[in-house]
Parts: sequence; structure tokens; C-alpha cells
Amino acid sequence: MISLTINGKAAEVDADPSTPLLWVLRDHLHLTGTKYGCGMAQCGACTVHLDGQAIRSCVTPVSMASGKQVTTIEGLAEQALGKKVQQAWQEVDVPQCGYCQSGQIMAATALLQQNPKPDDAQITAAMEGNLCRCGTYNRIRAAIHKAAELQGEAK
Amino acid sequence: MKTVAEHNPNRRNFLKGSAALVGGLVIGFYLPIKGGRAFAADAAPAQVFPPNAFIRIAPDDTITVVVNKSEMGQGVYTSLPMLIAEELEADWSRIRVESAPVGAVYNHTGFGMQITGGSSSVSSSWEQLRRVGASARVLLVRAAAQEWGVPESACRAENGQVIHAASGKSLSYGKLADAAGKLPLPENVALKDPKDFKLIGQPVKRIDTPEKVNGSAQFGLDVYIPGMLMVLIARSPVFGGKVKSFNADEARKVPGVEGVYQVPTGIAVAANGFWPAKTARELLKIEWDEGAGAALSTPKMRADYLEMAKKPGAVARKDGDPAGALKQVHKSVSAEYEVPYLAHAMMEPLNVVVDLKPDHCGIWTGTQSQTMDHASAAKVAGLKPEQVEIHTTYLGGGFGRRANPMSDFVIEAVQTAKVIGKPIKVVWTREDDMRGGYYRPMWADRIEAGIGKDGRPVAWQHTIVGQSIVAGTPFENFMTKDGIDQTSVEGAATLPYAIPNLQVDLHSPKNPVPVQWWRSVGHSHTAFVVETMVDELAHMAAQDPVQYRLALLEKAPRHAGVLKLAAEKAGWGRKLPAGHAFGVAVHESFHSYVAEVAEISLEDGKIRVHKVTCAVDCGMVVNPDGVRQQVESAVIYGLSAALQGAITLENGRVVQSNFHDYTALRLSRVPQVEVHIVQSDAPPTGIGEPGTPPIAPAVANAVFALTGKRLRRMPFDAETLA
Repeated sequence: MISLTINGKAAEVDADPSTPLLWVLRDHLHLTGTKYGCGMAQCGACTVHLDGQAIRSCVTPVSMASGKQVTTIEGLAEQALGKKVQQAWQEVDVPQCGYCQSGQIMAATALLQQNPKPDDAQITAAMEGNLCRCGTYNRIRAAIHKAAELQGEAK
Repeated sequence: MKTVAEHNPNRRNFLKGSAALVGGLVIGFYLPIKGGRAFAADAAPAQVFPPNAFIRIAPDDTITVVVNKSEMGQGVYTSLPMLIAEELEADWSRIRVESAPVGAVYNHTGFGMQITGGSSSVSSSWEQLRRVGASARVLLVRAAAQEWGVPESACRAENGQVIHAASGKSLSYGKLADAAGKLPLPENVALKDPKDFKLIGQPVKRIDTPEKVNGSAQFGLDVYIPGMLMVLIARSPVFGGKVKSFNADEARKVPGVEGVYQVPTGIAVAANGFWPAKTARELLKIEWDEGAGAALSTPKMRADYLEMAKKPGAVARKDGDPAGALKQVHKSVSAEYEVPYLAHAMMEPLNVVVDLKPDHCGIWTGTQSQTMDHASAAKVAGLKPEQVEIHTTYLGGGFGRRANPMSDFVIEAVQTAKVIGKPIKVVWTREDDMRGGYYRPMWADRIEAGIGKDGRPVAWQHTIVGQSIVAGTPFENFMTKDGIDQTSVEGAATLPYAIPNLQVDLHSPKNPVPVQWWRSVGHSHTAFVVETMVDELAHMAAQDPVQYRLALLEKAPRHAGVLKLAAEKAGWGRKLPAGHAFGVAVHESFHSYVAEVAEISLEDGKIRVHKVTCAVDCGMVVNPDGVRQQVESAVIYGLSAALQGAITLENGRVVQSNFHDYTALRLSRVPQVEVHIVQSDAPPTGIGEPGTPPIAPAVANAVFALTGKRLRRMPFDAETLA
């Protein structure tokens, strides 16, 4: 059994330690907001936070998450910043099909955590690993600026 | 352990139950659809989900709109309810959306079956859903008038309420719904004059955004049903190949694996999770009988296509005498064009959940093609149609792939469920999805064209070579005319420019690579070919590319309208920064008109697109922000393909496998996209696709303006540019 802390709650899973965290979240815990897109850290749809850092859960063995804080899209609203990012995403009306957006939001939140007011180049650098086939990129950029603004106002 | 409640996605049962829970669901109606082409033989309402087809109004004033089109990002869960809400005078904040089950009442009004495609969701629902909303409003007003004993004409409907101004009385729709539901349906309800629209034409936030930002939106891959096994299938590495023999000894030893089975499409591994299934699949030893597909390699296919393009094919359009005229032109040019196979590469790979029982089959998937998938599933399952239910989840992108004319992914899943005998979820890995075929066809084109002394085109001879996407499918009969697949020549045979001598002809070679519609279908290659050639003629005539086109579009005012608007908004003709250039293209598809001006430069020999200025005329606009979203999306999708997209074959095997070698545009390479909408009172037309075709030629034309090099092959990144 592997002990995990996911969105602040303890969980025990019976999985091979080499199983990617993504599939433990989805198949074992039915936390399906974290998406499978490529399985090789190419698209970012599976992005979650491990101790606040954005990681690709499709290539992260669940054993590496043991003893650390895992945050998924389902738990993001419990954080003030995460809530602001989700709010910004709604104000800009970013999603189309929506499949990549959990990963986009998790990556954006991790960026804003480290850099409360990123410029365009910093946004590009941080978000380059997240694909969106609907091409919502310009709105993603706008929403990150919006979230920075909302968070700035809140302080 | 289970920290999260088991999903129970059996929405149909939930719906049936909800009537009892909320006490008297209301406004039951079934509005027959007129003018639909009967695709399926049964147009009888026997299978219609009774009794409410499109609207349910609950006592708490919640209005549930049952949407019969699949939401794949194009915004139908917002735009279609807007049509109903406008005429219903509903309180928009109380609108909820639910996906429709399969039923004749939910058929596309133009195609006669339940399907989402052809950029036609709004146009095909425009009359129908406004009429649904208006009918419901009439009944609610009638119910209120009867309740108060006043004339209907003294009452008005507004923001979810019926109001009797004289007495100051009002009742909410929720309170009136029960009584309204018992009244007979009105006939011939009047629809609003568009000038009275309150909601239509306003930018409305998408209904699906909140659940798409908190992870709760349910896609097909997110469906888990009790006892379900995850299934991965090892399919032939060559199209058309069959299993000769296999050994699963090692695969079966993987903990979590429940079984390995031969199924019609390959070898299926069933396990208690994706990871053990994938681990085990890699341990299978399979010998394939590869068949004729193993001989396919892209370089040879390209050479064959170009050879075919040298001779005229079946004639799709002929005006005047192009061959004769070409001999007498002032100047002429001949050029060959090539575009590769393309994968749709939706972010959510294909997947299907099947719960097959002796007398029932439940299917959960993100499909664009319910009627055909439903019929196929029933046939494979050996069940009656009414014993098969399809639950349409959100689609993590579609772009055409999820409307498969052969129902490939659904049939395979039902076949596999039959073999395994347990509830299953068939998951395609990214590699499976990318190598699974059903691509946008590879095309080769050849154009010979000439201009007169005044510079105007005199002759145009266009030969197209590529597989038919409808040949051998149920769509073949009504999408083929005089032996020509209309989707192969659309955008070429419909060339809007005034050219007196013109021929467009087609070769439709056959090979084992499965092909299918891909966002904008035939236009995805024809716009590139014709719009770069017209640009070439403009330069040959030493004329401005915008003015040159306008002179040839005197009888095409909507083309001309968007072209002028895009040029004006982009500042066509103004001085650009050093090393920058503009390119333009205009194209009609799905009855909408789009012009795009691309501003580009070169960075390290690669094209950098800075900004794309778009003008669109799609008739009356339901949700302007939805239109902007779709054009932004269509431009990026088309630009990904133009710059980077290619599926190639070596010895029958698809070379590309994942996003590292079938690359899509990432943030660093995304241009600014500006969308201008032409005000129009024409009926609404398509918007999901029409933004895609003009981007490749606009960029190619900009490259010519900058470098003098003509790009005639996609993807452009494969070209050497100085």
C-alpha cells in the first residue's frame, strides 16, 4: 500500500509503485479532472502540483508522490490563488473543448505562485509544455495576466 | 479504497427519476421536424425520449435544455440554448444543459440523422429551436391567462415570468409549467423580428466553462462504471493487417491483468487499470499478416500522385475552353502542390465505455455521430435498437474524427465487449490514436493558369489527386455527384473568381490508408492551392493581391466584403517593420466567408506569424464571443497543420506516434488573432471550420511577399527559407 496526501486528504492505494501518479489518481481514486493526453510529458494535460511544483503526473511514478502534498484540479479552489486563476479563466472564457484546461490551470497557478506578475516571455516559458488543440492560447495568456491582476487586488 | 464516490453516469435513469423528485416535470413536447432528409428509414417518434424533447422546466424555475449536438469545444451547449431562451423569454441564469439521448426527434434537420458536423449546428437549429422556445412561451402565457382569467393578449412573458401588467400579477415559469404542460401544442407560432432579439447577438459566457475550470466536466475517458475493466488493443501496425498468431504468456503474468483476447481488430488486453493493461500490451508477441498495406511509403505515393496529376481526371467543373485558351494567353504558369495526411490529434484520445448485457447495451463516448454509431452498435451487439443507449459525454476535441462514417471506434468497442463479457473501457493511447488512420487525405494538385494582357486570368486548369473520404461509406451516395466526391473538389470547383475558361478535375486513387473529414474537409487543401495560385497570378500581373482579387469578385460580394474588411483592419499596404510582410487569402466554406491577413517574418529560417487579422461573414451571429473563439481556434488549428503537420508512412507503418514527432503549435509560436465580424441579416451559417482554410495560403503568400519563394508544399517548416 502506498500512502498519499491528495488535496489535503490522506489516501491509501494498492498500486505498483512504478504506476504513474496520473493513473492512480484516475483509476484508483477516480479523480478524473487530471487528464491523459500523451503519456510522455509532451502535452501537459496531466499537470498536478507536488509540494506546489507543477509536474507531469503521466511520467511521475506514484512512489515519488508518497509523503508529499499532491494537489489536483479538484482541490485547487481550496487555495486562494487557485481560486483566482479559475475565476480569471471564467472571466476570459478560455476553454473550448476543455480537455487540456485542468493542466493549463495547474501550470498557470504554479507559475503565479512563483512569479505573481509574470510578463509575456515568462508566461510563454512556463506554459510552453501545455498543448491545446483548440488553440485557446491567447486567452490562456490573457487569463494569466487577469489572474495576476485579481491576486494583486486581493492583497 | 475509494475516497471518491463511484461515478454513476447512468444519466438516463437519473432523468427518469428526476421527474418524481422535483414533482411534475412539465412542458412536454415533441415538435416534429419538417424538411429533414430521412437518412434512417424510421422517422417514427417511437424511439423519442418521452415526453420532453428539448425543454424541461422544473418547479424551481430551472430550465433544462436537451442539446442534440455534441459539445466538442465549438460552443453548442451555449449557442443552441440561446436560440430557445431568446424566444422563450427565459432567465438565462436558470438555463441548464443536458446531452440528448439517441432519438429521431434529435436528428439534424438537414442530414436526417443525429450528427454534429459540417459547421451546421446553429444553421440547422436556427428555425427549429427558436420555434421550440416560442411554442413553450405561448403555452406558459396561456396557462397564466387561464389561471388569472384574463386575455392572453393582456399578459407578457419576460425574464422567466409571465406578467399581467394591469393587475400587477406575475407567475414564474416554474409555477406555470405544470399547467402549461397539459395544454395542446400551439400551431404556427410567430418568431421574433431579429431587431427585437435580446440575447441573440450578445456576447454570452459559455455555459460549460465553470465545469471545465474545476475538473468536473465529464469526458468519455472519465466514465467509470462498476466492474469495468480497462482495455488496450494491439492493432495491426499496417492498415488492413490481420493477426497471424500471438503469444500472451508474459502479458498475462502482469499483476492486474484479467485476460488477453483475440478480437476482430487485434489483441485486447483487459486489466484493472490502464497501467497494467499498457504494461502487458507491450509484452505481447504478435505475428501479423500485413497484407498489401505494407507496400505503402510516402515518397512513392507522392511520386504516383504527381504523375496522376499530369493527366486530367473526372471533370467536376468546366467553363469555356481552358485547354484552347491556355495556348493563347499572355503569360502562364504551371505549378504542383502537395499536402500530407493529417491526424486530427484531439487532446482526448479515442475511448469508449461499453456495458453489454444480454438484453441491453450502454455506451458512453464522445461521439459526433449518434445515429450511425447507435445502429452499428445494435447490429454488432445483436440487440434491437431500443435496447442500445448512447450517452454522449463532453468531447475532448472532435475536428471530425469522432464522426466516423464506419463507426470504427464504437464498433470495435462493442465487438471487444462481446468477447470479454464484462463492462469495459477501450482506451486508445496517444500512439494508437495517431497511428489509427482516418486521416485528412494526402493530396497532390496541379494548376496551369494564364493571364491576358490586362493581367486578368483567362484560363485555369486544375487537377486534383487524392482519396475520396466518402467512398465505401454510407455517405457515398449523397455526397458523390457524377462520380465525384464533392468534398474532394469543394473550394476548387466552387472557385468564385471570374475566369472565363476553367476546368477542375479529379483523380480518386484508392489505397488502404483510412481517410476521413478533418476540420474544413476538402477546403483544408483547396483553399491553399487556389489562393496561392491567385496570388501568383496577381504578382504575375504586377497588381496588388487584394485589388486583383476584388476585381475578380464583382459577382461575389460577400467574398469581397470580408476581403475589404480584413485588408482595412490589418492596414494592408502600410509600411511594416523591416523583415515583415503581409499575405492575404479569402475563402468561402460552409456558406461562410472568411478573409485573413497574416503578418510574418522569418526567425532562424522558420516562419514566425505575428498577427492574423480575420474578417468573417457568417450571417446573423448568435454569440459573437463564440464566433471569435471559433475563428481563433480554426486559425491556430490550420496554422499547426500549415507549419508543422504531417503523417507519413514507411513500409506501411505510420512514422509519427505522439506529440514529439507530430507537433502542434505551442504558445511561443502562436500569433495574435484578431477577429472582425461583418454585420449581416442573412441566416446564420457555419463558424466551426471556415476560419481554417485561409490561414495556410495567407501565410504562404506572405512568405512570397517577403522572400520571393513560393510555398507549394505543406508543412512549411520542411522548406528551407533564408
